[in-house]
Amino acid sequence: MSTTVEVRIKRQDSPNAPAYWTEFSIAYEEGMNVISLLQAIRRDPKDKSGKSVAPVTWESSCLEEVCGACTMVINGNVRQACTALVDKLEQPIQLEPMSKFPVERDLRVNRQRIFDNLKKVNGWVEIDGYHDQGPGPRQDPNDQTTTYKYSECMSCGCCMEVCPQFTTLNDFMGAAVLGQARLFNMHPTGAMQMGPRLDAVTSEGGIQDCGLAQQCVKACPKHIPLVEAIGQLQRDITINKVFGALKK
Amino acid sequence: MSDKRVLIVGGGLAGLAAAMKACELGLEVDIFSMVHVKRSHSVCAQGGINGAVNTKGEGDSPYIHFVDTVKGGDFLADQPPVLSMCEAAPAVINLMDRLGVTFNRTPEGLLDFRRFGGTLHHRTAFAGASTGQQLLYGLDEQVRRWEAQGKVRKFENWEFTRLILDSEGKAVGIVAQDLTTMEFKSFPGFAVVLATGGPGLMFGKTTNSTINFGSATAAAYKQGVWYGNPEMVQIHPTGIPGSDKLRLISESARGEGGRVWVPRNKGDKRAWNEIPPAERYYFLEERYPLYGNLVPRDIASREIALICTKEGLGIGGRNAVYLDLTHRSEEYLLKKLGAILDIYEKFRGVDPKKVPMEIYPAYHYSMGGLYAGYEADATGRLLKDSPQNQMTNIPGVYAVGEADHQYHGANRLGANSLMSCIFAGLVTGESVAALAKNSKTAEAPSSLLESECKREDETYKKLLAQDGAENPFVIHKELGDAMSAFCLIERHNDELVKLQGMVDSYAERLKKASSLDKSGSGNMSAVFLRQLDGMITMAKAVVDAALLRDECRGAHSKPAFDNPAPSKETPIEDPAWTAYYEKFLAQTQTWLKTTVAKYDPSKSHPTIEYKDVDTRHLSPEPRDYTGVGKKAWKKFMDNRKATGAAA
Repeated sequence: MSTTVEVRIKRQDSPNAPAYWTEFSIAYEEGMNVISLLQAIRRDPKDKSGKSVAPVTWESSCLEEVCGACTMVINGNVRQACTALVDKLEQPIQLEPMSKFPVERDLRVNRQRIFDNLKKVNGWVEIDGYHDQGPGPRQDPNDQTTTYKYSECMSCGCCMEVCPQFTTLNDFMGAAVLGQARLFNMHPTGAMQMGPRLDAVTSEGGIQDCGLAQQCVKACPKHIPLVEAIGQLQRDITINKVFGALKK
Repeated sequence: MSDKRVLIVGGGLAGLAAAMKACELGLEVDIFSMVHVKRSHSVCAQGGINGAVNTKGEGDSPYIHFVDTVKGGDFLADQPPVLSMCEAAPAVINLMDRLGVTFNRTPEGLLDFRRFGGTLHHRTAFAGASTGQQLLYGLDEQVRRWEAQGKVRKFENWEFTRLILDSEGKAVGIVAQDLTTMEFKSFPGFAVVLATGGPGLMFGKTTNSTINFGSATAAAYKQGVWYGNPEMVQIHPTGIPGSDKLRLISESARGEGGRVWVPRNKGDKRAWNEIPPAERYYFLEERYPLYGNLVPRDIASREIALICTKEGLGIGGRNAVYLDLTHRSEEYLLKKLGAILDIYEKFRGVDPKKVPMEIYPAYHYSMGGLYAGYEADATGRLLKDSPQNQMTNIPGVYAVGEADHQYHGANRLGANSLMSCIFAGLVTGESVAALAKNSKTAEAPSSLLESECKREDETYKKLLAQDGAENPFVIHKELGDAMSAFCLIERHNDELVKLQGMVDSYAERLKKASSLDKSGSGNMSAVFLRQLDGMITMAKAVVDAALLRDECRGAHSKPAFDNPAPSKETPIEDPAWTAYYEKFLAQTQTWLKTTVAKYDPSKSHPTIEYKDVDTRHLSPEPRDYTGVGKKAWKKFMDNRKATGAAA
């Protein structure tokens, strides 16, 4: 086992500054992941040649792959840095910020777009009030198995990073947001509020921009059936249109 | 309506629950968070949320939940808030269900409940093994709904640095820093809710998230907010050792039948599956037959740590024991614990469905926190709509969630934190609404907003310019190692005195540290100087309070002052029981007190004071998880009454 880990990091000093690469050589320890490499760098911020550099900025929170914060492109694949184990990565390990979101500094990007789109599709269940109304509606345990899967979405943006339709120049909302629309449509109360949600899903930047490249489902760290969600949404839209027309 | 604006710092369960309730009651809210609120530390909670819904026909009730919680916390929690929480718990779980949280279901379609530590009932609702994440998302969605209606503004990737207090000492706003542009801004508001989580990172590698500096708490504490029970920090019995943090295997792994064991023979080098059942030492089951593997966290942690460090029975002589689920079917485990077992496999590369996990206790949670008050009604419950509930000693400043000191006393029961965060968040929403209604809300003079902002900016510029030889991240590592070694599982006064000196030396070295990065954009290192200063400030409170408390209570274990119960084989007539209980009563007299740490700018250490605990509903009694002590205690108390001694 080699005693050092070789790392190349794509850096950027501020949102509009040019990007550049810095190489690091870090002492190997058993069980290291990409986060511990970045932590080691800041404890001794020197590049491979021994020159002092600013510590690398990145975003992280839980380090258990449930918050989505530490998402970056590692050896060309978008994923969470906390689950990227050094022993399983080819060296030099190459770290880059996600390319579909604006870079704030080094490996940290601004993913506000995801949250804005969740707002757009009414990503919530509307209830009458937060006072005690007794138990919620009964739900089939099999349905819970499905909805739980969708509800594990941590808005990390992996599905958007790999999507050929999702670019910095357009407004496509991306698979994760469509998956969430599907989740709320499945809830007994959320289903009653499906109409406006479907309108949002078919508005500009909506489901029609999906090119069915099906890359999202491969990139999702939580294995959420995003393609199925998109199919189900299209079905909901059709049914809604037919019944909407019949009602008129 | 800027004077009716509530400033909520922190967007975890507590902050978001407070925000949505405040919005429902007509207020407008600004939320500040160091990360997108959906990435808050609440996501890490795995196992579940407690509420005595009693769907298993076990005769569970909110009152039994209350008794378990108070007892589990070794009676150090003020009882009115705990009683109100336990009584509201079933309704809170129902509310979260109505909001769309994907709780697990029974075949009949009802909410499913599992067992957790410190109780004999199925009381814990759960959503897979990522309940905290699911609850947080439920609240996040509601707050987004209010955001879409213009009632909420979010300042994510911002860090709170200072309270703005008017000439009467009332909160009228805050200063916060944008962590991308590094600019400071003042925000006016009539109430400030600090829902900023625990201070775990002072212990270095822990189960906490990388944002749990406790620096917001430290900032408020330095401005005069009291800090309650700093020494009460919880160790989680089942941490997974890691290079960057200590991950957690939820208590639900034990709730679903996980068994903790070590080889019975010291130095047994055989692989786990070569050790026959008779040579496996299921030490929790043998020592605590009633609760077995589900004894409360402090007891489990101590037993696991000591069986390795004192008895030398750790796996291969290391600090590790087995947590074994291999007797359960893969299908069952996938369904009930899929997400957490996935985590173990992802980070350790071993399948826990086939091979027992290796675990060791890790720092997990702070029961202590900013001192949060309350107003009780005649029945000893929280007075509804009192603006005092969750308010700190500074008017208009509230503390809630892990950031407050209420609800858990000296030790928290598993799955009670999610409940306390949401419950207290909802209460805080009501409190700030009452404050808005009942009092003349103070308007922040714009000159004050400006001068406070300028002050923070100047302080930061000084940090940024710091160019000493010390690396703050190295100091932090040393702080964490020292706190974990001398102030965690067991505490000894000689070691704590030594630790005080070490913490003081870190404070000195911090003055000679470099900001490492002179950039004006996304600078994590310069702000870390401030965050580390906060950790050191709070560490002093933790260590000083731990040194002063000469007893064992809950998570605070000081063996030199232990009052061990007689062994469970001791007949209840034996005078050993009487001696034990006499000592217990004396200790209660001296130490059943809330520690209150107050920052003193003239000294390098806090002033520590003590306040009586509100035990109006339940009188303290020794904790007993063996089932034997109960009878002996009853006999002792009956005797006392008969002989006329004051009980």
